[in-house]
Amino acid sequence: MTGSQSALAVSVFLACTVEAVEALTIVLAVGTTRSWRSALYGVGAGVLALAVVVAALGPAVSSIPIGALRVSVGGLLLVFGLQWLRKAVLRASGLKALHDEEAIFAREAELARSGGTGASGSASATASRSPSIDGYAFAIAFKGVLLEGLEVAFIVLTFGTNQHDVGLAAAAAAVAVIVVVVAGVAVRAPLARVPENTMKFVVGVLLSSFGTFWLTEGTGAHWPGGDASLLALIPGMGLFAIALVAWLRAGAAPARVPGSPPLERVP
Amino acid sequence: MKRALLAIWDFVVGDDWVTAAGVVVAGAATAALQSAGVVAWWLIPVAVAVLLTRSLARHRGT
Repeated sequence: MTGSQSALAVSVFLACTVEAVEALTIVLAVGTTRSWRSALYGVGAGVLALAVVVAALGPAVSSIPIGALRVSVGGLLLVFGLQWLRKAVLRASGLKALHDEEAIFAREAELARSGGTGASGSASATASRSPSIDGYAFAIAFKGVLLEGLEVAFIVLTFGTNQHDVGLAAAAAAVAVIVVVVAGVAVRAPLARVPENTMKFVVGVLLSSFGTFWLTEGTGAHWPGGDASLLALIPGMGLFAIALVAWLRAGAAPARVPGSPPLERVP
Repeated sequence: MKRALLAIWDFVVGDDWVTAAGVVVAGAATAALQSAGVVAWWLIPVAVAVLLTRSLARHRGT
């Protein structure tokens, strides 16, 4: 392998590793906190859609307006993420019951038994316990895999075409994806031991951070440092959320007894 | 049809439409500033901080 080929392989490997880690983070987040089955269905559907797009367009895949895709995916992810983060901050500050979804599910089940109809806000809680697909986990995993997969395809085509060796670029990308998937399988079990509400807090931070990043990039603005800015954005979002928890606690009414009903019903 | 639309609304927007609308406005403003030649990568993170604080402020002191 020549020096330029080595440089191509290493460059593509590193760039694709970054994209694959971003997709993996999202899949692990929704899989751990919502539904592994639905998240993995989302991954499968995302890979399938990606394969169809790449097979249909071939080299023309690089003409897909990635900016528009980032705006739509980033915008939706940010709206989802802020919903999660708001509820996570309220839970951490004691203003929302830690296991409110279980309470909602129990109430909805009781309503269903009595012939009533439930509130729309319980859909996610019900979905996470029924054998049907959790649309939230499926959609988030699908979008993350499709967007990052397209970015991997762009990297392979741009780097590979530039060096006249698309095959080597594709091989380097495949190795990067395999390494990241193996790492993801390895960390799945330890992640399952993280307390549920801590995990939900982290997921809210991650979804909001990725949504902020992609939406900004999609509008044509560029983060200083590119993808590396995520290394500052994610901790920054986390610290801000922790500060909000402290702010809410400071302004809260006298603390309630642990295990007592929430001070306020938050949908 | 109405239930389907409500389900989609609940799925995407949730119970705080102001935050969702704020995200859309911030994205549009960033795109507009950027196309006008103004460096605007900072606008969406600032908007996120403001929107999240606003959404939580109504629960403070309860």
